[in-house]
Amino acid sequence: MANKNNFKNFVGELPKNIFSGFVVSLIALPLGLGLALASGAPPISGIVAAIVGGVVVAIAGGSQVTITGPGNGLVVVILGAITTLGAGDMQQGFLYTLAAIIISGIVMIILGFLRLGALGDFFPASAIQGMLAAIGIGIFAKQFHVMLGNTEAEGSIIELLLQIPSGIADFIATDDLGLLWAGCIGIISLTIMISYSKIRNKYFQLIPAPMWIVMICIGLYYYFDMISPSDYPIDKRLLINLPNNVLSNFPFPDFGKVSNLDFISAVIAITLIASIESLLSIKAVDKLDPLKRRSNVNKDIRALGLATVISGFLGGLNVVTVIARSSVNVNNNGSNRSANFFHASFLVLFILLFASELSKIPLPALAAILVYTGYKLAAPENVKKVFKIGKEQLIIFLVTLLTTIATSLITGIIMGIIVTFVTHVILSKDLLLFITNLFRPNVLMFKEGETFYVSVKNFSSFLNYTRLKGKLDQIPESKDAIIDFTLCEFVDHSVMENLNDYAESFRRKGGHFEVIGLDSHNAGSEHPFALRKNFISQVIENRVSTSKTLTKRQKSLHNIAEELSWEYTPEQHIDKVTELPSFGYFKTRKIKEVSNILSNENCELFDVEFHEGELFAKQIIKATMLFISLDKKIPEFTLDKEGFFEYIYHFAGFKDIDIDSHPDFSKRFYLSGKDIYEIKDFFTDELILFFESNPYYHIEANNKGLLIIGRERLAGVKEIKALADYGLRLMPLICEKLQTV
Amino acid sequence: MTKKILIGLAFSPNLKANLYEAIRTANVFDASLYAVHVGIKDATKADNLKALLANGPKLKTPLQTIWKEGNPVTVILETCVKINANLLMLGALQKENIYKYYVGSIARKLTRKAPCSVLLLIKPSVERVPCNHIVVNGLEDKKTAETMAYAFYTASNFGCKRVTIVEEISQSELEVKVNDNETLREANIKKERIEKRENLRVENILKDINTKDIIVKKQSIFGRRGYSIGHYAKVKRADLLVMNAPTKTSALDRLFPHDLEYILSELPTDVLIVK
Repeated sequence: MANKNNFKNFVGELPKNIFSGFVVSLIALPLGLGLALASGAPPISGIVAAIVGGVVVAIAGGSQVTITGPGNGLVVVILGAITTLGAGDMQQGFLYTLAAIIISGIVMIILGFLRLGALGDFFPASAIQGMLAAIGIGIFAKQFHVMLGNTEAEGSIIELLLQIPSGIADFIATDDLGLLWAGCIGIISLTIMISYSKIRNKYFQLIPAPMWIVMICIGLYYYFDMISPSDYPIDKRLLINLPNNVLSNFPFPDFGKVSNLDFISAVIAITLIASIESLLSIKAVDKLDPLKRRSNVNKDIRALGLATVISGFLGGLNVVTVIARSSVNVNNNGSNRSANFFHASFLVLFILLFASELSKIPLPALAAILVYTGYKLAAPENVKKVFKIGKEQLIIFLVTLLTTIATSLITGIIMGIIVTFVTHVILSKDLLLFITNLFRPNVLMFKEGETFYVSVKNFSSFLNYTRLKGKLDQIPESKDAIIDFTLCEFVDHSVMENLNDYAESFRRKGGHFEVIGLDSHNAGSEHPFALRKNFISQVIENRVSTSKTLTKRQKSLHNIAEELSWEYTPEQHIDKVTELPSFGYFKTRKIKEVSNILSNENCELFDVEFHEGELFAKQIIKATMLFISLDKKIPEFTLDKEGFFEYIYHFAGFKDIDIDSHPDFSKRFYLSGKDIYEIKDFFTDELILFFESNPYYHIEANNKGLLIIGRERLAGVKEIKALADYGLRLMPLICEKLQTV
Repeated sequence: MTKKILIGLAFSPNLKANLYEAIRTANVFDASLYAVHVGIKDATKADNLKALLANGPKLKTPLQTIWKEGNPVTVILETCVKINANLLMLGALQKENIYKYYVGSIARKLTRKAPCSVLLLIKPSVERVPCNHIVVNGLEDKKTAETMAYAFYTASNFGCKRVTIVEEISQSELEVKVNDNETLREANIKKERIEKRENLRVENILKDINTKDIIVKKQSIFGRRGYSIGHYAKVKRADLLVMNAPTKTSALDRLFPHDLEYILSELPTDVLIVK
């Protein structure tokens, strides 16, 4: 029955997927051609990759709304491979590279089967940013020259960048009319790319920007062909070269250099970039999926690998998951993998029906599309974003970026990892922390009732993030999860960013994901993703570190305070809530400080840090409690869930007081105190009903007021709300009772 | 069950606390206490010990002190065998800052080789600190029943009111890998099933154990065996962690640490290893 329904749904959604696939193919066509050209490969190879990718991944993939095809991240790597392997002969280099592509596909299939989809998590976020920016600069540097009609520009990325001014000057000064036309088309195309998103006209927006460029170019060709007396001014050299019969003439990969070192490093680089780009895209697209499905990353990686192998044999580039095209798919209501399939089908149609028209597209037009893509990857806003997270992230970013540009991608990313690790060590001033705990499991997960509780200790960074991720992935996003970093001394930016992603997906799916225990960790910047380290020893010396930035939890506390119109003080104080030591609970526990105080006239809700035991046995404990001050005296008592003995040993010797008329209450609660009669008198029917019908808290009363404790740890925002609500409802009951006395 | 307790004494700043803990433990178990010191007996040490004994809690049966020279590990192990001790108590050492403890190489070797149960103290105290919460492993192992029985025996002797039995379930036992929504659902169903099965197994062991006056809680945690339980004990701030003795330790185990090795490298609380 379910299958029948699924099939019905599938058929019902076909029209919108066909449409979405069509729109995506409009972008994929020029991008595929352009990316292939930029890679130094025959233009058709990009289209082959998109077609094979669309078909294979639609059938065998594990994600829902992603689009697959040639990726921009690979441009630099493929170009490098073709140049080095071919040693001057681009055609031969391409054949060798095809072999490398096929082998990288096989490696990806293996990775998928070994469930190493998580491999991408081992790379620090800022290093990946730096690498992507370097790729962007690489594409930009080369394609800028092509955009101006100069396909001859050669050299390293830095040299190409330096040549840009003279390139512009040469272009302005040129007297070659064809070149001028070509360059102008390039510049116009770039203008279209840049201004496209700013023009808010629904008819104009119907066709994606790259397709406008293609259409204008073809229109221009027909103008010269049919109307204008002069010839098409752009030299054949600057036009796309498509094989006359696209269905034959598949270049066959040459495996002649398989044992060559260059070949092996090409395979590594291709695999690395292909998997990183795909993983990042899959993760990002999952956030866009309106149906909130979770992609099967490893299955997707296997499918991508298979597609890459087939594509390689047919003379196509790598198949990766691409973010831009996937977003377009989601925006056009693509709802399942069939959209990817239709995008491939439309590409086949285009290539069969319009091959001759497509071959009239000038290279500078395609280069303009790539210049824009490259700029997007390396845009100054990205740098600014990284800087906001923290200075150290900018260092990591820049080192990775510069190393990648100056050497190669692999060296760049390795450098990025090293620099990240070194900054972590410098910031935490504790190399041993990382070395001794690297291979130790640091994550514990168990269920506290229906809530998943995850405790992380030692350190949590990109080095051991997979362990945390492994646990977090097992929590259904519709449930409540609490991630406690109290025992963790160092949390890095990559982890913070990932936690934020989790929080988002929990929010989307109706669950609740909360990070606690970071309030005492110092952050380097205001940014929520900034890395945080714990300064237990330093806090003691300069207690009032008011410049500290608020954590997410503290911000939520602030919001709660506003909702309840209570006051909120995040700073640490020892002299606040002075009544605390008078409670029996703190008889054996030394209060260190109180922070995150939410208060109104009678109630104070706060985090308290205290020691248990002395010297060796000293343990620092943080917990959230609520204090209600009462102006009238009430009998001293403690009330607990029957069986929670840890709180009550200071009242040792006092027996459980049974309230005669409420056997059930007496069974479930442990009530003790000195003056039995007064207490019995105090516990009215309403009060007992209140306790019976509300969640359990440990409650202690003395002549100053009431102390209400939930669990002996920091409470999450949700728990704090519940605690405040509990207090607010309990107070009038007690006050009423006191009035009558 | 525990009739003879042996404590290895070193004249360190911890001596007083270690000794007093041992005396209290011996009294609680109604056991006789033996102290072994590896080294020459000299007057100052003997006086020192005498003074401590005079001021501390009184032993029910007098302390028997053994002075012997030699390799600490061999001497203590030999003494263990000689007096036929049931329990060996060792004080753990403290690492640079006050938040970490570790077992020195001697204690580590002793723990591995001791013929009897070993109690490692990370927070010996001169004054009595009540033991409120014991965490014991409940993993599937032929020794578990014995370990649990010992934990409850200890709990009732110490007057500890709360025992949590922790079943560590390793990831591989789940057999379902979480990939997408479907497998996540499957994994969670499977988890619940395993939890139920484990609880039943523990329940069966508990049938034969007297748990009167003790609140028993069962908690399943998913994580690396032998390690997660330490983390759990730390999170829950248990006063004592009771563990099975490892089945075997070879050189390979030390290279790829597991179970006990994890606990020893990062003592979360006082640890009792039952043999």
